Amino acid sequence: MIRLKRSDTIIEKVGIHNGIPVIRRDGFMLNYIWLFMLLAGFIIGIMNGRVEEVTRALLESAGAAVELGIGLLGVICLWTGIMNIAEKSGIIRFITRLAEPVLRAFFPEIPRKHPAIGAMVMNLSANFLGLGNAATPLGLKAMKELQMINPKKDTATDSMSMFLVLNTAAVQLVPTTVIAIRTFAGSKNPAEIIGAVWVASISAAVTGVLAVKLLSTIYNGR
Amino acid sequence: MHIIKMLSLYAIPAAVLIILGIGAWRDVKVFDMFVEGAKDGIETVIKILPPLVGLMAAVAVFRASGALDLLIYAAKPVTNFFGIPSEVLPLVFMRPISGSASLALVTDIIRKYGADSFIGRVVSTMMGSTETVFYTITVYFGSVGVKNIRYTLLAALIAEGVSVIVSVWICTLLFGR
Repeated sequence: MIRLKRSDTIIEKVGIHNGIPVIRRDGFMLNYIWLFMLLAGFIIGIMNGRVEEVTRALLESAGAAVELGIGLLGVICLWTGIMNIAEKSGIIRFITRLAEPVLRAFFPEIPRKHPAIGAMVMNLSANFLGLGNAATPLGLKAMKELQMINPKKDTATDSMSMFLVLNTAAVQLVPTTVIAIRTFAGSKNPAEIIGAVWVASISAAVTGVLAVKLLSTIYNGR
Repeated sequence: MHIIKMLSLYAIPAAVLIILGIGAWRDVKVFDMFVEGAKDGIETVIKILPPLVGLMAAVAVFRASGALDLLIYAAKPVTNFFGIPSEVLPLVFMRPISGSASLALVTDIIRKYGADSFIGRVVSTMMGSTETVFYTITVYFGSVGVKNIRYTLLAALIAEGVSVIVSVWICTLLFGR
């Protein structure tokens, strides 16, 4: 058996979508952060004379995590169930048709009929609906299409950057996880933050687009 | 502001009505599809449970030891400058790095201050309006072998920073401090 290098153990292949291997590396920084929080926690706890509290917190948190998982389970299942109805009704296609003419304007480098536009809009629409499972394969397909019209294969194009920024800043219609946590925590009105989430998301998206436009002129001018 | 409150109030009922309406119109077997989708929900939650146990333990230890208070205290001058409550700062740094760690932090903060407190609302808004930037960028660029991502991360983090500041501002306007 080949012994894995240390760095290999934190890279996990989660599957293949359209022939592209998907590598999951959520944990690559988390290994250090987790270690730091626990080590610093225990050392500072001992220095502060809070050994008892720290030990109790450690043991109680495990149960709390499971409680949280069960607490979230209901709302999350309810919503994935409803969103599956949406998906099977062809709602992604519907929203894509509405959003495509608008989004085209953000990607001037891409030829009009190129499939990259469709894939990107589908991905952003799926994100908008909170359909994480459907969104990722569509997003990776979009990246593959964008890579085909990329003259320098190891360097990001402006369209790729724009797509990624829109993807990470995009508005989510119903922020389910947060609403589930709020419900679990006994909020009187778990959904009251939806409007605030939209305002913050739209601000982020607008800023992101402006930042890409500005930074691309700076970088391309070099 | 009244409009934003009304939007929040009607968002979920409207979404459910529209989805069920379209589903019925398109002859989708709505209840069967609901059950099928709800199964995916179970899978999602079970998948996040192991990291959640580890991360909630780390956050709990970090808070109980007083280390978190120390960090919050040290960050006060910076957060005051941007007008954000220093209690939300740990989330500002964690959000772009890891979704599950952010989830653990949000839960911890909401438990400590309450879901309907100012800080509770701000972290809820932040959590809902931002993404795991590092993860998404790594996976998306990694899938096509792009190594030089140029200004992508910078632009995404600028957007994230703005969403943090706007979250604080809009929560102050909507709900008061």
